[in-house]
Amino acid sequence: MLMYMLKRIASALLTLLAMSALIFVMVRLVGDPAHLLMPPEATDADRALFRQQLGLSDPMPIQYARFLAGLVKGDFGNSFHFGVPALSIVLVRLGPSLTLTLAAMAAALLVGVPLGIASAVWKGRLVEHVMKCFSVAGQAAPPFFFALLMIRFFSVKLGWLPTSGYGGWRHLLLPVLALGWYSAAGLARLTQANLLKVLGSEYILVARLKGVPERHVVLGHALKNALLPIVTFAASQFGILIGGAVSIEAVFAWPGFGSMMVESINQLDFTVVQAAVIVSTLLFILINLAVDVLYAWLDPRIRYGH
Amino acid sequence: MATDLTSPLSATAETNVAITLTPPVARRSRPYVRHWRLMLAATVLVLIVLSAIFAPWLAPVDPDAMDLAAALQAPSHLHWFGTDPLGRDVLSRTLFGARMSLFIAFCAVFLAGVAGAAIGILSAYFGGWIDGMVMRAADIQYALPPVILAMVLIGIIGPNTSNVIIVITLTNWARFARVLRAEALSLSQRDFVLLARLAGASPWRIALRHLLPGVRDTFLVLLTLDIGLIIILESALSFLGLGVQPPTPSWGSMISDGRAYLENAWWISVMPGLMLMLTVLAANQLGDAFRELRYSAREVE
Repeated sequence: MLMYMLKRIASALLTLLAMSALIFVMVRLVGDPAHLLMPPEATDADRALFRQQLGLSDPMPIQYARFLAGLVKGDFGNSFHFGVPALSIVLVRLGPSLTLTLAAMAAALLVGVPLGIASAVWKGRLVEHVMKCFSVAGQAAPPFFFALLMIRFFSVKLGWLPTSGYGGWRHLLLPVLALGWYSAAGLARLTQANLLKVLGSEYILVARLKGVPERHVVLGHALKNALLPIVTFAASQFGILIGGAVSIEAVFAWPGFGSMMVESINQLDFTVVQAAVIVSTLLFILINLAVDVLYAWLDPRIRYGH
Repeated sequence: MATDLTSPLSATAETNVAITLTPPVARRSRPYVRHWRLMLAATVLVLIVLSAIFAPWLAPVDPDAMDLAAALQAPSHLHWFGTDPLGRDVLSRTLFGARMSLFIAFCAVFLAGVAGAAIGILSAYFGGWIDGMVMRAADIQYALPPVILAMVLIGIIGPNTSNVIIVITLTNWARFARVLRAEALSLSQRDFVLLARLAGASPWRIALRHLLPGVRDTFLVLLTLDIGLIIILESALSFLGLGVQPPTPSWGSMISDGRAYLENAWWISVMPGLMLMLTVLAANQLGDAFRELRYSAREVE
């Protein structure tokens, strides 16, 4: 187990290093910041001075080494646009995005898993048809389209919820529903399929034959074994939620990480883009490691290294 | 409750019999026609693709023709999908938007699929450092959600049709490579590949004649399941303004254009959105039905 985790961490660090090199090279392919950011009337001497100050006149490998050394110290350079440390801009925006993503994940689990369980237990009944419609619809459109439909109905027509903005739970509700639907749909389908598969196995038949109440058979015996693929799937949904959050943030004027990415890409503020890519890669790696630990905790076969 | 579930023992017995008794020929042709979900999904998808291809003939008016006197009109017999603030016909724009969105999506799915499949099979076959390199590259693609990676790449190389296709390909090949590598690896351990190698078949011959046919089913299923995902990815990029640039209509940018008019002219966003939804729905159903057909036998094994 320990060896396995160490191997995972080493490979994750390698990925992080490769990503940092990639984004470093790509950002420098865009063009010379001295031309992109300075006004056209700046003289060549001004530009040379600017490059000197940003350390852009050194050879590429030296710049990359300096960049890496900065990363280790948590220094991602200053934003071209705002002149403040890029990392602080990224971190300020990370909070609202994490709130949105985690709330959407929680909502997806709270809706998707029970719906999946119910439609496995009552297969062929109304609840299964509801689940099928719910999941087919949820996987058929991008979250921003659901967001617009929900704003049109709940905010414009009924006036129940604010159309956009960042604040309390009333502001959170529509973005979370629009964002979480896609994942809830997948979770419901997967839970149903897995639970049905497990419910068909012989140990369930034995449990039923010896008179274990149906409730315990489903929620105790069967769900435990159906849970592993659900955990894997839920983990894979983090990426989808973080990706979907970008457009959701744009719709609801949510001051998150995704809208910051769009802004800094449009402003050619590539130190911020660079910092954002590295921070989100790191975040992703941490999420995946946490899922690995959870997985080992759920499945003793992994824990004992079989 | 419990009585609804068929007894597990009889279920497996039945399926086993079905597998051994079904001749391979029957599995190949007939079930496709009999599978009504697959046929319906395929028909809807084909109709949408045809309407995209023939948009110049089907569209009632020029998608860019402005008519300020007819701005923001609700859907009517004159303008089935209504008009936008510049008086452009939303139906015509939706049809031309389909052209752009579907062109990009199909190109990108095809390129990502073929590149990913080739990379996966070759890296399984050659192994060693090539395999290591390929898997590291796949890790990098997986290190960030496709939308975010695609946004950054578009920000760097600039938004236009071919760049969007390139970027979507670059952010989606790894799924194909990983899955097909795993399949090809298990195939290359099988006797018929070892025998072919003993018989002196060249690596290329083994890859093309023995490994490729074995992973074809998986490849086709992945390809159909990816169409919906990639249409959604493309629409997200153009919704964010990082896709095809105006005035060329694409579904994502049309949905974005209508955001300001949600209150009094909902059709500007909703009509192209519903088209997008119908397309992704059909593509997903096609992929699901296809997977069911192809794997119903294999999964039981």
